[in-house]
Amino acid sequence: MNIHEYQAKGLLERFGVSVPRGHVAFTIEEAANAARELGGPVWVVKSQIHAGGRGAGKFKEDPNGGGGVRVVKSMEEVRANADAMLGATLVTKQTGPAGKEVRRIYIEEGCDIARELYLAMLLDRNTSRVTIVASTEGGMEIEEVAANTPEKIVRVSIDPATGISGFHARKVAFALGLEGRQVSAAVRLLMGMYQAFVELDASLVEVNPMVVTGGGDVLALDAKMNFDDSALFRHPDIEELRDETEEDPAELEAAAHELNYIKLDGSIGCMVNGAGLAMATMDIIKLYGSEPANFLDVGGSATTERVTTAFKIILSDDNVEGILVNIFGGIMRCDIIAEGVVAAAKEVSLAVPLVVRLEGTNVDLGKKIMAESGLPIISADNLADAAEKIVAAVKEAG
Amino acid sequence: MAVLVNKDTKVICQGFTGAQGSFHSEQAIAYGTNMVGGVTPGKGGTTHLDLPVFDTVADAVEKVGADATSIYVPPPFAADAILEAIDAEIPLIVCITEGIPVLDMIKVKRALETSPCRLIGPNCPGVITPDECKIGIMPGHIHKRGIIGVVSRSGTLTYEAVAQTTVTGLGQTSCIGIGGDPVNGTNFVESLEMFVADDETQGIIMIGEIGGDAEVQGAEFIKSSGTKKPVVGFIAGKTAPPGRRMGHAGAVISGGKDTADHKIEALRSAGIHVADSPAELGTTMLTAMKG
Repeated sequence: MNIHEYQAKGLLERFGVSVPRGHVAFTIEEAANAARELGGPVWVVKSQIHAGGRGAGKFKEDPNGGGGVRVVKSMEEVRANADAMLGATLVTKQTGPAGKEVRRIYIEEGCDIARELYLAMLLDRNTSRVTIVASTEGGMEIEEVAANTPEKIVRVSIDPATGISGFHARKVAFALGLEGRQVSAAVRLLMGMYQAFVELDASLVEVNPMVVTGGGDVLALDAKMNFDDSALFRHPDIEELRDETEEDPAELEAAAHELNYIKLDGSIGCMVNGAGLAMATMDIIKLYGSEPANFLDVGGSATTERVTTAFKIILSDDNVEGILVNIFGGIMRCDIIAEGVVAAAKEVSLAVPLVVRLEGTNVDLGKKIMAESGLPIISADNLADAAEKIVAAVKEAG
Repeated sequence: MAVLVNKDTKVICQGFTGAQGSFHSEQAIAYGTNMVGGVTPGKGGTTHLDLPVFDTVADAVEKVGADATSIYVPPPFAADAILEAIDAEIPLIVCITEGIPVLDMIKVKRALETSPCRLIGPNCPGVITPDECKIGIMPGHIHKRGIIGVVSRSGTLTYEAVAQTTVTGLGQTSCIGIGGDPVNGTNFVESLEMFVADDETQGIIMIGEIGGDAEVQGAEFIKSSGTKKPVVGFIAGKTAPPGRRMGHAGAVISGGKDTADHKIEALRSAGIHVADSPAELGTTMLTAMKG
């Protein structure tokens, strides 16, 4: 799960991470009030969307105007820029060409930047430990730094048995070339960041840039936090920070029914049990010359209710011209799955071609139920047969 | 020979009296698995499915000599269950549970480093040696004892490989589901090591997916092992978009080196026969064995 920059800063601040003062605003009036409270003379108006690259992004409404993060020096400018951003669509490297509508902005006090550094904490899958990644190249995309100047990246791995210790943080601070009281300030920031990571079950905390100010303070100027979905059950307060307007409505609906759905750009809807088989089904559709419209894992129990919901979600995508159901039943009985598919197809009055591949116990009975349903369900014998049949059926119908 | 488990493996179940534990233990017993009991804290001294129930894993090890455990405990308590099994030094721990928090698994992984135990999973179908021992949720009837070792990150895709090797008559020695989480107990390298060393296994199928670089490490192991056994590979997720988690917590393209294309290239350069289609795992193996 993702949250906004201002929310991440609020959480980090609770753990002792220094951040510039700021307030979120949903309206121009709130933005003006926030600016007045902060006092000026310099403010930063920042678009809040769940995507990076905001500063270099462009608004669809004014492609030649400023980006999604702007430094301003008067109350009039605060108002004018809040007006320009709120309700406008910001396109960045990470949003895709459609962009994202800005519904809230963050008004922050300006900051005298002496140095910009990069800092992140994340899971290193190779060591199965939380790792600090730091670089002197703040403000840049870390992937580019890693590709071009890997020697500028420092990694420090934290043993979960001990947690973070002062020396871990000092190692990072010295590697970043900090000196004097900057070192203790950075250590405090790093220790707080790690505590936030482990106590809130984060999957990523990224501070890019972390800045050293002219006065020698060390601040998180930007902040991004992602959370482990599997751990949200123990963090209802984090769950409350979810901004549903940032998420795909069909994906939200699917999640509410414990279905795992991701919308893609193709024309063949897929409903599969198991994540690996679901990906493989998408791949084989492509191999047979078409494109998958979605990833959808129905999980272990393909009941009528779940299949019906899955069909509705798949069909909510106007690009869908056919559906491929691929269930390796295993312990689940194919006759029960077949009954579920038939009932669901009737309930949604399915109007596009449907190919069903079932495997597992009672597969023949399952096929018989579909054949005698009076519905034009095309039955497939195996995965290749299924892919071939759905691609052909869609071509024919089109 | 096979690997990890056989007819003599004494298996217990943690979460034994729960719905999942009961159902899959019944299935395991029906398959012929040597189940010797189970653990449900607070129900020690009773019996379930005609087998003794213990309060702790240590009791089960002491009283019935369990040497493998299958864990069906819900996600909030699953890491605790694995840690208890590690504490009791039970040699083989198979955790089926999906959705264990990553930070819990980081602690489990750390505890495994200094323990004699092997963990399979979590978020996996389990381990099976056909006709001898089934630990997990896989359907027993699709398996056929034979000569292929299967190792996979995905459950239903493992069944696909199993069904295809059964149909082609090759059959399986053992199948290991290593699970779809970013932090797991056993990975490709260790599984491949076991299959390479196993005399009965004459060919290996490895099924990977996007995310991480466990498949690349597996491919490097195969290359350096110099094994003559044919290895067939498949990587799911060629069409998956970057940055999206595809069901499995571990299946997300985040770097650039963890894409399906990069992994397929690594497998090919290690001499692994990569099937383009997930429907051709069995036939690719047949061809590779003749070659």
